Amino acid sequence: MNPSLEQLAGQFTRLVESGPAPVAAVPAGAGPAAATPAPAAVAAAVPPPGPVQVVDFALKGFHLDARVDSSLVVASAEIMDQAGFGLDAITGVDWLAQNEMEVVYDYFHPTSPLRVVVRTRIPRVSPEVPTIGGVFPGANWHERETHDFFGILFAGNPNMKPFLLPEDADFHPLLKDYKP
Amino acid sequence: MIAQKDLIRVDNGDPTKETFVLNLGPQHPAAHGVLRVLLTMDGEWIQRAEPIIGYIHRMHEKMGENRTWAKFLPNTSRIDYLSAMHYTHAFVGAVERAAKIEVPERAEYARVITSELNRISSHMVWWGALLLDLGGFTPILYAFDDREKILDLLEGLCGARLTYCYYRFGGLYNDVDDAFLKGTRDFVTHMRPRLKMYRELVTDNIILRKRLMGIGPISGEMCRKYGATGPVIRGAGVAYDVRRAEPYSVYPKLSFKIPVHPEADSMARYLVRMDEMEESLHIIEQALDQIPAGPFIGKVPRVLKLPVGDTCYAVEAARGRFMVRIVSDGKEIPYRIKLRTPSFSNLSLYEEASKGMILPDALAMMGSLDLVIPDIDR
Repeated sequence: MNPSLEQLAGQFTRLVESGPAPVAAVPAGAGPAAATPAPAAVAAAVPPPGPVQVVDFALKGFHLDARVDSSLVVASAEIMDQAGFGLDAITGVDWLAQNEMEVVYDYFHPTSPLRVVVRTRIPRVSPEVPTIGGVFPGANWHERETHDFFGILFAGNPNMKPFLLPEDADFHPLLKDYKP
Repeated sequence: MIAQKDLIRVDNGDPTKETFVLNLGPQHPAAHGVLRVLLTMDGEWIQRAEPIIGYIHRMHEKMGENRTWAKFLPNTSRIDYLSAMHYTHAFVGAVERAAKIEVPERAEYARVITSELNRISSHMVWWGALLLDLGGFTPILYAFDDREKILDLLEGLCGARLTYCYYRFGGLYNDVDDAFLKGTRDFVTHMRPRLKMYRELVTDNIILRKRLMGIGPISGEMCRKYGATGPVIRGAGVAYDVRRAEPYSVYPKLSFKIPVHPEADSMARYLVRMDEMEESLHIIEQALDQIPAGPFIGKVPRVLKLPVGDTCYAVEAARGRFMVRIVSDGKEIPYRIKLRTPSFSNLSLYEEASKGMILPDALAMMGSLDLVIPDIDR
């Protein structure tokens, strides 16, 4: 009944291949220079990591790291739901230098020791992803919080109004260019 | 002037469909902090209960982005002030995992002992407060008496009574001394008969049982969908405990049971916590027997820079799964710190779970969720 890591990795690989190509991973902190094509020598020395990776739990704190296109977050939530995972958290990361936003979905499994991270990148100018509230109702609150902090819109979430911030808040404090 | 027909008009003229709005909080003793619940009531029954949070929001995550890794440490103990040790543990654990810092075994054992003491003191506050909610005044006096002993022990160790900043990257702030180890042993012998007494005096009390049994069912499936963890999911018959699911520190070397009650009502959640305290005593006893001599802090670089990438570390806090996700861009200052707190997820199911309940029962259920509001708002 409990899912195996290989099965999940396979499911995610098929999912990623079925959709549009995910945004290429840019090493964090590499700055705007990394956004321009890297010299061929460097690219050959360090092959870009695949979108679905099995990682060492002892080093990272999770077992599976899946990078999907933003149109596939609901499909990946369905994979997680069918495998019996629970929703751990949803959060964002603002990659100002790459002009991108990252939405990170954490999943835990109540009966088997497995942790899965699903992440997607979206353009910083119009950050929008579909809600996964239809699959995990608990996502509602996490998405509202992420909207508060980053201004990321979760299409389909009925409650995109300030949650932890004051009722009249029109700012998003976790943006890297936020000035109080 | 109001027309006579408006005064007597109720919803569409049908008095049986009339509802009214009741505002609970943000300063209400039953909410245990600044939590507000907007209730739509159908007579005595709850039609909709919408928790409104954020009254004590402090933006810890933004604070983390403008100070060094070490300077964020005191913040971690101020998120859930009743279970500060666990929260600090998760943060130092995440940094140690990312920076590959070795922690001496003595420090890990001391962390387990203090964490479990903290769990008991946190559960004692929950126990006293829940019974206060239900109309029993005396138990909280006993609970705070026991809790005081733990606070004294921990104060002797690190100087703080609630917001401990005892764990440091690579180890501890100072070594556990003999006075603490002996005091903890004495506390274990003191606490065992006390728990037995609470069981006989309070748990078996018919009034308590009638207030909690069969009240506020939260199924394991609902816990999974909302991410509710800790005693809430274990009170629904699911043996999910981070100490087992994602073993950390020296927990794999200690034997302990995961208390599970399958009834999924408020009483099951109550019993899980009562059993958990006994297991904590059992863990403390083993750790006291096994704690080795040696250094209490490992080698940590003076200027801490974490490698690029993200790292997670989860612990079983008193209220459930607490996870820290850190993102580093290779600098001395964190790029992003995400705090996944258990009370936030545990409360998020309240709207669905409280539908159709009468108000006093819904408050008993809220008490059985063991909410700490700063933990929700961060």
